[in-house]
Parts: sequence; C-alpha cells; structure tokens
Amino acid sequence: MTLEVASHKTASAAVPSAARAVVSMRGISKVFSNGTLALSNMSLDVRRGEFLSLLGPSGCGKSTALRIIAGLGAPSSGTIDWPSSTINAKGLPQGDIGFVFQDPTLMPWQTVFGNVYLPLRLAGVSKRDATERITETLSLVGLDDFAQSYPRELSGGMKMRVSIARALVTKPKLLLMDEPFAALDEITRQKLNDDVLRLWRQSGITVIFVTHSVFESAYLSNRIVVMRARPGQVFADLPIDTAAVRDEEYRTSEEYRATCAVVSRTLHDAIHSAEVRQ
Amino acid sequence: MSSEPQAAAGPASHDDAVIAPPRIGINERLLTILVPIIMLGLAILGWHLLVTLNNIPKYILPGPQLVFQTLWSDMPVLFPALLVTLRITFSALGLAVLVGVLFAVLLIQSKWIELALYPFAVILQVTPIVAIAPLILIYAPSTQIALLIVAFLVAFFPILSNMVQGLKSVDHNLLNLFDLYGASRWKQLIYLRLPASMPYFMTGLRIGGGLSLIAAVVAEFAAGSAGAGSGLAFRLLEAGFRLNYARLYAALILLTLTGVAIFGVTSFVSWLVLHRWHESAVRREN
Repeated sequence: MTLEVASHKTASAAVPSAARAVVSMRGISKVFSNGTLALSNMSLDVRRGEFLSLLGPSGCGKSTALRIIAGLGAPSSGTIDWPSSTINAKGLPQGDIGFVFQDPTLMPWQTVFGNVYLPLRLAGVSKRDATERITETLSLVGLDDFAQSYPRELSGGMKMRVSIARALVTKPKLLLMDEPFAALDEITRQKLNDDVLRLWRQSGITVIFVTHSVFESAYLSNRIVVMRARPGQVFADLPIDTAAVRDEEYRTSEEYRATCAVVSRTLHDAIHSAEVRQ
Repeated sequence: MSSEPQAAAGPASHDDAVIAPPRIGINERLLTILVPIIMLGLAILGWHLLVTLNNIPKYILPGPQLVFQTLWSDMPVLFPALLVTLRITFSALGLAVLVGVLFAVLLIQSKWIELALYPFAVILQVTPIVAIAPLILIYAPSTQIALLIVAFLVAFFPILSNMVQGLKSVDHNLLNLFDLYGASRWKQLIYLRLPASMPYFMTGLRIGGGLSLIAAVVAEFAAGSAGAGSGLAFRLLEAGFRLNYARLYAALILLTLTGVAIFGVTSFVSWLVLHRWHESAVRREN
C-alpha cells in the first residue's frame, strides 16, 4: 500500500518530463522467487533520443530493470508507461523495442540473413517484402557480404553486429542493450561503441545501455543513471553535457578524463553506501 | 635453371608457395575406404581357413564360400522374408518418429502433462519387451500388427526422450527474444524449438533405427513359436531347427547388412540436416 501511494506522488510530480518520455517507470520493485529484492521503488523517465547508460556493480538490478522494460518478467509492483507508443494486449509497444543481449543469441541453424529476418518473420512480413530492409540493416552494421554466412563462421564482434542488426531491423523507437560488449576484446569493443554511436546519431533512436564499465558509459552516453545494490535503486542521475563529438580524439581529451572521474567517484559512492548499509 | 626467373619474381610468390592450404591427400582418402574393406576381407579369409584347415563339418560351421552360395541359391526364400522384416522395421520406425515427436511436443506444453504422462513412457521402456511380446501376440488382432507394436515400443522411447530433451534445450535468451516479439507458441515451436532440437532428434533417430530392426527380429522370434509370420528371423529359426546352418548364416548376413544400411541412411540424413551449422557435423579447422 505504502509503495503505491509513494509512486502516485512521484508520478504527479513528474508529469511534465513524462510527457516527453519514451518509457516511464514508476515505483518499480522486483522480488525474485528466492526472496531477493532485486529492485526497490525505481522510477525513471527515459527521454526521447537519449543515450542513457545504467551503470552499477553486479547485483544492482540494472539488467533486471532492462528486462522489465522489455516485458521479460513482470515487476512485483509499480507501473510502466509508454506515453508515445501504441500498446498491445501484453502492455508492450509491439515492434517499438529492440533488445541486444550480452551474448549474440543467434540461431545457429539460420544464416545471418535468416537471423536478422526473424523479428519481421514473427511479425508476418514475407521474405520478399523483408529482403530490402534486411539488406539495408546489414549494410548499416557493415555485414553486406555476410548475409549467407552461418553464425559459426563469424567472429565474436561480427556475431554481435548481427545481433544489433536483428534488433534494428524493425526500426524500433527504443534500443535496449544488456552489457552487449562485455565479452569482447577491448579493440573490438571500441569499434562497436563507435558504430553504435554512429547508428544512434543517424537514426535518432533512444538507447538504454546497461554496463558496468565507467569508461564505456562515459564515452557513449548523454545521461548516466548510477545504481546501487541490495536493494537495487537509482543512486544518482548524471547528465553528461558535452558538445564534443565522441571519437578517437575524445577518448584522449581532458573533458573525457574529467567525465570519467566524476562517474567513477559516483559509482564508488554508490558501492560504498551499499556496503555501509550492510 | 628454369626455376630461377620464378624465384626472382619476388618474395610474395615464394611465400604463397610455402603457405598453401593443407590438403587431405588422395592416399588418405583411399585408405579410409580400403582399410575397413581389407580388414573385413581378412576376417572372411580367417573364417575360411578355420573351416578348411580343421575340416569342420558344414552342420557345425559352414565356410564363407558355402554361405555366399546359399545366400544366392536361397534368395527366392530369403528375399521375400527380408521384405517382410523390412516392412515391419520401417513401419515401426516411421510410427515411432511420428508418435515420438508429437508426444514430445505434447509433453513440453506443461509440467503437469509431463508429470502425468511420462511415467507411462518410462514403464513401457523398462519392461523387457521379450517378456510382454507373448501377451501382445495374444491381444493384437493379427501377428503382423503384434510385430509392429513390439518394434514400435522399442524404437519409440529413444526418439521420445531425445526429442523432449531437445525441445527443452533451447537458449533461454532466444525464448526471451521470441516473447519480446510476441511470438505465439506455434511460431515458437516451428521457428525455434523444432530446429533447435534437430541434433537431439537425429541421435534418437539413429538409435531408434537400429533398435527397430532388432525389435522386429525379437518379435518374430517370439511369434515364430506360434507358427505364424515369414520374416527373416523366422527363416533363421527354421534353418536352425533343420540344421541348415548355411542358410542360417545367410539370413544372418542379410540382417546385418540391413542394420548397417539403416545406420548408414540415418547417419547420412543426420549429416544432411546438421552439416551447415552443428558442431557435431562440422569438420574441425585446426
């Protein structure tokens, strides 16, 4: 009961920002069947066109939050609104969400083409109608020549690109990425970071990017939400206001270094505050 | 002398020559075929020598020459019998595939359906088929149907259990992805669960294929005592009673060849389906 009252208050207070939101979480809590409180009373408005990173130590509920937004597992309490989308029977904005998992999660029996076709196929689009869109999306992620390859023939970075292409092929409004590059080597990861930024700038898509890397979040985002563990909560909401173009030069700039320092300090405080409470 | 200008063409061409991709030599390929054939030939030769050097009478152990002669001369008897056995074997296997796959799809629909039905499948599997074959012979409307039921019961379980395992062994995130895109259970089955379970199904098919032949023979043995049926196993028994061991061995050879052929065909089907994507069927690149 108390939870619900509290969420109503925040909701009415946040109406102006919620109006511009792609998705708006109100008082979301999640209790797992083993009794763990993974998320406690989390409220967050994700604004249109934003590149938002959810940053925090493992166990802070950032992946759980992302999955709840995607409709993979219902919250124990709280509400999720999609102010600018049409909602289907399950309360989800059908076709408006793309999801990239930590693993490429490709179907090994399908070619690259078949894997990227999947979301359209499930939406009932014929192969003939889908072909142009798929070819377009594959060239967006630089895989023009690999449509007929099987996943096992590709490198880790290329598999991730297929996964991104699959998420983008429906032209979603919101792209959810769950530590997508955590398993990749540093060089591949930087390349993919640049590609994701380019796609974000070109398409104006909204991105929620879950990561535990200070450097990655500082490089990519224009807003970083730092989370705290046990229970998972929003600890700080940091706008990253910089006019600088994020590129190789930015990586070595003083501004980037300063941003990393602020983010790093905030993350440290978040971890420390959770330890103190223990 | 003539090689000099080529060498002078530059270090690049020299390197190309050195790092040519490794090839599987013709010799190795020839050996893969020859070795099993030679070994088989040696075994038959050993059999021949054993019989001739020891003067073993043909009513104890016939030599290979006599067996192959009998195989040819008794073809009018053996071939129709082979067809009967084959028909039972393949009907049973086809039925086992159909029922096994459908039953597996039914079982994974809910935990409760599985809890309610799986015990029956296990009970059928663990009960020795030879022990219940006489019962089936009594209850079934005809001997042919009884044989079919016995062979089916044996081939059914490996297909079912492998298929259930396969349908359940789907990457959880792929299932999440299908949920995300609002896929129906039907689409999830067709586009995800069935293709993902193919490696498991193929294992079940290979085991079930071999077992259905064995079960068809066992069933014929059981039915043979009742005097009906003219499958290969019955001819084998009959030849044994008449001390016609050359024909017995000829029938045995036909059965073995059938088993090998079934294994070959099911392995080939498995390769056809899996060779593009599954690790078990892909050549390792080292």
